[in-house]
Amino acid sequence: MPATFTRHTVETERREPGFGGKPPLDRRPTGGGGGDENWDSGHSRRNGPRETLIRYRMAVLSGLAGDFVFFAVLVSAFFVRQSSGHIDPSENFVSDWHPLAAPPILWINTAILLLSTLTMEIARRHLFREIDIMEEWLGLGRPAVRRAAPWLIVTILLGGLFLTGQWIAWQQLAQQGLFFATDPNSHFFYLVTGTHAVHLFLGLGALVFALVAMFRFKRVEMRQIAVDCTAWYWHAMGLFWLFLFGLIAFFQ
Amino acid sequence: MTRRLFTTNPRALALLYLLLALIAVVTGTLLSLLIRIHRTWPGLAIPPHGVIRPEDYLALVTMHGTLMIFFVLTVVPQFAFPNLVLPAQIGSDRMAFPRLNAAAFWITAASLLILLAAFFVPEGAPISGWTSYPPLSALAAAGPGQATGMDLWLIAITLFCLASVLASISFLATIFTRRAPGLTFARLPLTVWSWLVSSSLTIIAFTALFIAAAMLLADRHLGTSFFLPSGLVLNGTALNGIPRSPGGGTPMLWLHLFWFFGHPEVYITILPGMGLASALLANFTRRPVPAYRLMVAATLLIGFLGLGVWGHHLFVSGMNPYAGTAFGLTTIAIAVPSSAEVLTWLAMVFRGRLQTTTPLLFTLGFLSFFISGGLTGPILAQPALDAYLHNTFFVVAHFHLVMAMAGVFSIFAGIYYWYPLLTGRLMNEALGKIHFWISLIAAYGVFFPMHLAGLAGEPRHYAQLTGPVESFTRLLHVERGITWSAFLLAAAQLIFLFNLFRSARPGSRPAGENPWRATTLEWSPLAHPIISGDPYDYVRRPGHDEDFHPQWEPEKPF
Repeated sequence: MPATFTRHTVETERREPGFGGKPPLDRRPTGGGGGDENWDSGHSRRNGPRETLIRYRMAVLSGLAGDFVFFAVLVSAFFVRQSSGHIDPSENFVSDWHPLAAPPILWINTAILLLSTLTMEIARRHLFREIDIMEEWLGLGRPAVRRAAPWLIVTILLGGLFLTGQWIAWQQLAQQGLFFATDPNSHFFYLVTGTHAVHLFLGLGALVFALVAMFRFKRVEMRQIAVDCTAWYWHAMGLFWLFLFGLIAFFQ
Repeated sequence: MTRRLFTTNPRALALLYLLLALIAVVTGTLLSLLIRIHRTWPGLAIPPHGVIRPEDYLALVTMHGTLMIFFVLTVVPQFAFPNLVLPAQIGSDRMAFPRLNAAAFWITAASLLILLAAFFVPEGAPISGWTSYPPLSALAAAGPGQATGMDLWLIAITLFCLASVLASISFLATIFTRRAPGLTFARLPLTVWSWLVSSSLTIIAFTALFIAAAMLLADRHLGTSFFLPSGLVLNGTALNGIPRSPGGGTPMLWLHLFWFFGHPEVYITILPGMGLASALLANFTRRPVPAYRLMVAATLLIGFLGLGVWGHHLFVSGMNPYAGTAFGLTTIAIAVPSSAEVLTWLAMVFRGRLQTTTPLLFTLGFLSFFISGGLTGPILAQPALDAYLHNTFFVVAHFHLVMAMAGVFSIFAGIYYWYPLLTGRLMNEALGKIHFWISLIAAYGVFFPMHLAGLAGEPRHYAQLTGPVESFTRLLHVERGITWSAFLLAAAQLIFLFNLFRSARPGSRPAGENPWRATTLEWSPLAHPIISGDPYDYVRRPGHDEDFHPQWEPEKPF
């Protein structure tokens, strides 16, 4: 590697700026000696810890956009079904939509899920505290992981509690004789809560994975990514649940 | 061996996708020939099977549509081509999530296997069309193939939805995070812009189909009735006693969910072709794309408006007429950005120095079909006209021209153009041109008369025109002409297949490094390019020999 280098024309000329008139990030001066920023290889910039984190977040957010559509479709289908009926022989509009009283335990479940979102966020932030991460990175100990682990475990417990609560709610409905196949409204109740429960079940799997990953992964940024992506997923599920719960509780 | 088969190399995955699409397109074409044979000679016995019964005809139509739309028109432009060139065009050597990307292929392959298995289960393939409208698609007793065959169809589609969402996540993450230094969004090739929009549409649309298919499966097996109305009568038997089904659902719900997927799907299949058309026209007219930002805006606008037009498939379904008017307006509105793109391409064709290579010919073919098929779009978008034309062959002609033929010709353009990336060789130009001219003429021979048949009232989905009702027998000679054209069209593809495999052999024309003298990065010899220029910089600088400036070369002073 020669000690000096000729600057690429990209660096010296400003043709066509990027959108918004700002010069692209990659043309910013690298500062100082350049050091590890071996920008001729084009590699370091795309595989640094921050870039990897952004890449994973991008994938999770794209997936969550799909999930958002998933639940939005369910909610619209709910309203379409709710407002449809038929005209009987004497020209009366007949709706066969029977309102369904949401089991009160759903309120407790909602509170539990919101609490778990909070604990998840605390765990996530512990993994991004600069001083702790620096220590981990230097191999001086695992302060960030040690602080985040209990919160992650609490999140797992709360998530399990939420799913148990949902199970109890289904049992209560079943005792009233309302099953998945009973009537149009119960179709939607079980479909909405069931698909959300499946998402949360996958989320619990991700949480356990993140917990193991924190202790097992060798690269610090991969530990952060495992927890960070799980956290965004978990937050999204909490948010989606608020909407779904609002639908079930108030739009009958 | 395992490592070679379960590869994460995008080019190898592209080849696998292309092989998968080849299986699907050969099967789908054979099915369409059977459809044509049956419409022309209804009494003819086909050797292994015998005479095609009406229910067999419906199974043919269903499987033809499903194979072509999902496994050819979606798989090639939306999965195979991005794997082939998307990472290269943004100056990256791999996808952002190689294993996620590879998983999408294997799920797609499983989906195709499950779909094809429907031919071999008792009672055969499903018969409710590629749109699978309930209540008939929800009832196993509705006809042959509606039991196991329909279940397999639904499982295949569910898997396909999953695969396409995973692939799209990988493409989006790749576009956003793996661009080469200097490759700003204002310098992205238009193909990459198209994949950006079509991948976003895929995530939205296929999720809707996923949940709809899951609900239909619940109706079939869990006793729900999302789509099953009360008081159904099937073959003279009242069906209120379907086991456990409470009734009270509405098939309209499926129509909305399905077409909320189905219409964006049209743009998912054609947007990559539109991006490719811009790129190839610039390449072979040796002119820059004249209105780059307009093209980007039009692509984004088509994607956005495409999400709000699904209701035009439902004009005669009993939907509120006011809603019909609204959907008609949004549909006509989408003609504006589409026309902007078409006029830009026409300007490029008329003001450029045309190099009539095979990829250019197929791009012009794409343009021709896109215009001739697109012009009937605003006609069908009007509820009053659609009331007459709905479910006639006019609609068949419309979507086969604007989606199928335009899509297939842009696929051909892409394969002729990018063939050197896979083999290091060029395809035979003479054979390519013969393939093009026969295909173009035969394709119009197949689909243009369908407009006339449709205007005369010939309905879709009728197994035959003769029989107790004689009113359509005068259209039989049109049908016969269409069938002979279809044979010619299929035969022309044998030339393509011959060319495809023949040109890969050692001894045929080597391509060299940048055979089309193109500017975009898939032709770059550099592993880690730094980008300094616009994507389609076909401008001769004074004092330079070359009339183009590749994106990976440092800017030369004028």
